Amino acid sequence: MSIAPLRPIEIRDRGVLVPALIAVPGFRDEGELRRFVGALSGVDAVGVEGRVAKLATRSLKKSTKATAIDLAISMVDLTTLEGADTPGRVSSLCAKAMRPDPADATVTSVAAVCVYPDLVALARSSLGDSPVAVASVATAFPSGRASLEVKLLDVRDAVSAGADEIDMVIDRGAFLAGHWGRVFDEIVAVKAACGAAHLKVILETGELVTYDNVKRASWIAMLAGADFIKTSTGKVGVNATLPVALVMLEAARDFAETTGRVVGVKVAGGIRTTKDALRYLVVVNETAGDAWLDPACFRFGASSLLNDLLMQRRKQRTGAYVRPDEYSGD
Amino acid sequence: MTDLTLSSRLGALPYDPAPESATLAHLRQSYGLFVNGEFTAPESHEQFASLNPATEEPLASVAMASPLDVDRAVVAARRAYDKVWSKTTGTERAKYLFRIARLIQERARELAVVETLDNGKPIRESRDVDVPLAAAHFFYYAGWADKLEHAGFGPNPRPVGVAGQIIPWNFPLLMAAWKLAPALAAGNTCVLKPAETTPLSALVLAEILQQADLPEGVVNIVTGDGTTGAALVDHPGVDKIAFTGSTDVGRLIQERAGSAKRLTLELGGKGANIVFEDAPIDEVVEGIIDGIFFNQGHVCCAGSRLLVQESVADEVLRRLLRRVDQLRVGDPLDKNTDVGAINSSAQLDRIRELTSWGEREGATRYTSSCALPDKGYWFAPTVFADVSQSHRIAREEIFGPVLSVLTFRTPEEAVAKANNSKYGLACGVWSEKGSRTLWVAQRLRAGVIWANTYNKFDPTSPFGGVRESGFGREGGRHGLEAYLDV
Repeated sequence: MSIAPLRPIEIRDRGVLVPALIAVPGFRDEGELRRFVGALSGVDAVGVEGRVAKLATRSLKKSTKATAIDLAISMVDLTTLEGADTPGRVSSLCAKAMRPDPADATVTSVAAVCVYPDLVALARSSLGDSPVAVASVATAFPSGRASLEVKLLDVRDAVSAGADEIDMVIDRGAFLAGHWGRVFDEIVAVKAACGAAHLKVILETGELVTYDNVKRASWIAMLAGADFIKTSTGKVGVNATLPVALVMLEAARDFAETTGRVVGVKVAGGIRTTKDALRYLVVVNETAGDAWLDPACFRFGASSLLNDLLMQRRKQRTGAYVRPDEYSGD
Repeated sequence: MTDLTLSSRLGALPYDPAPESATLAHLRQSYGLFVNGEFTAPESHEQFASLNPATEEPLASVAMASPLDVDRAVVAARRAYDKVWSKTTGTERAKYLFRIARLIQERARELAVVETLDNGKPIRESRDVDVPLAAAHFFYYAGWADKLEHAGFGPNPRPVGVAGQIIPWNFPLLMAAWKLAPALAAGNTCVLKPAETTPLSALVLAEILQQADLPEGVVNIVTGDGTTGAALVDHPGVDKIAFTGSTDVGRLIQERAGSAKRLTLELGGKGANIVFEDAPIDEVVEGIIDGIFFNQGHVCCAGSRLLVQESVADEVLRRLLRRVDQLRVGDPLDKNTDVGAINSSAQLDRIRELTSWGEREGATRYTSSCALPDKGYWFAPTVFADVSQSHRIAREEIFGPVLSVLTFRTPEEAVAKANNSKYGLACGVWSEKGSRTLWVAQRLRAGVIWANTYNKFDPTSPFGGVRESGFGREGGRHGLEAYLDV
């Protein structure tokens, strides 16, 4: 394990002075990492779930709802991760990413299109010079069960094909066995292989199970250099949940206050409705704050969510729902 | 501990107003006394207004019950007890209680709006806490009505007779449910006296009792002020007095009731929320917020003293103040409001008086920067740091959104400070170490102790205090004892 030591610094978050609270050390060995991460305060499951249940009762009306829907659209990583993906489906998705509502040019483009590595080049050429980024899953997604060499090759392959963002998976087996150093080192290596591409680290929280684990894995990923921490692959039984998002947002907030580096959060899997998306934005608004109310720092990994956001947006403006078939299925 | 500068900003996405409709309350202009199954005019024909504390505007006029009216109610309750209710089987009583519970659920939205208008509490709390818990209490005690011989008070336990019940203004409907449900399940008849400033939800409950076809006179509701309550306490036809309210009034009631009447008192508190250094910090902050700002701090078991281990005190305080500043204070009917209006100008005066003492005695005051409405009774959420045990704000019940923060170094010191209070109602213990939580809990002198949570209520769980917080238990199997001749 070796990274350059992070030093505590005083930072400004949107102009507000944030005191650095503790020195984040460089870690000489796994023992130091374990001591640091293990000393983080625990998470009480009942408390976390109670807090999100309360936040879920927030009522967003009128202009707040309109603002939040537009924000949510701009935060979507429009995703297709199927073995049956076709070039046609990907180019269709790219067109939709750039102009989500064919009938309304005022709708912002989404943040990114997310595909498997072999479709990155196609997505890149379809998106041209639009502001929509190409994100690619890599590192033997979704299971991560491959050697580090294979994972790094997967990453380099996607980056050289034009990926702006890499969504990697952590080695859950190593994490759960307590080999946090291995998890950390792998993230460091993948980050190096990413070059200029942004790194999103998928914790696969459905397999980590406890909130304590989610918090620790979040810190390990952020300490190792993640630009984003992401809940899930969307490929296991339990994907993003509000309480998990709360724990990760609190971790990102605390990490930013400690180190001065703002790490983004991406929730993925199972978020299908505008109502779901707005609940996540409320949690962001009330726990992490406005630094994360920005597509640069918060994303929804989703596919069908976008159509519902578009329908609700149209409803806000015209007072009437359109047929679901108004929007493309892909 | 004294640096109270906030470090980050939350809530940048402003929420548009999302008010629940006040018209859902369907309030009448004027209410009489609910005696013998009917709303009747008081003997003096005197009425008084119940105000909306958020606007200071009158909501409805209610009857002022004189001693003669109280007598009428007690006579009706006695007759109902002798002729009907004492002869009604437990199974039959349960049917009425189940019916009342379901009707509360059916009219939940209306009750929530009435409660919020009359009390000033946020609609989120009346909708999600007060009303569902009130229904839950009726459901729970309905289950006991035909099983009293299994309650642990011997075979064939008998009811007490006529119960006089005096309830406070902080949870008007819920306290009515806490009092009525076990009393009726055990076979008593009741005369209920709601608080002077919050009589309306009890009067809607009276309509529900009519809807449920509860036999006339089994529950009578007399509105009024302290003189009404005194008449009820003094009435020789009352077998038992159950009171929830301030320790001062409780003491008066105990003197007046003497030994002739059975008595249960649920009085004030100065709850200690004890935070150890290994506690889950973000949930601790939420727990402190729930402990003191729930219902504007108008909670007898409020966690109004925060005892935090010195090693984490600065960090807990920093996060707490950030969170306090984010509380949304304002229109109680707005679904996004976290902290509503203070219930009355008298209570607001008391809160102001005691907080001014906090500053005078040298504590460091932090007040939320939230904007307060122009009309109505409001008090911004306030935290005092650097409080010591001898300060008035550490000893007296403020009954408002005001938290006093003290520190400790060892578990022994935490227990000593927590117990160094004339009250003994509730405490919270926050730690990830179960053995320490149990060690502390065994040594705390309080009726209720929460571990890693605060202000959680359930009809199955007994609630009540020791020392000047009163005696007797409400809720659970224990709550039946107060209404059984055991």
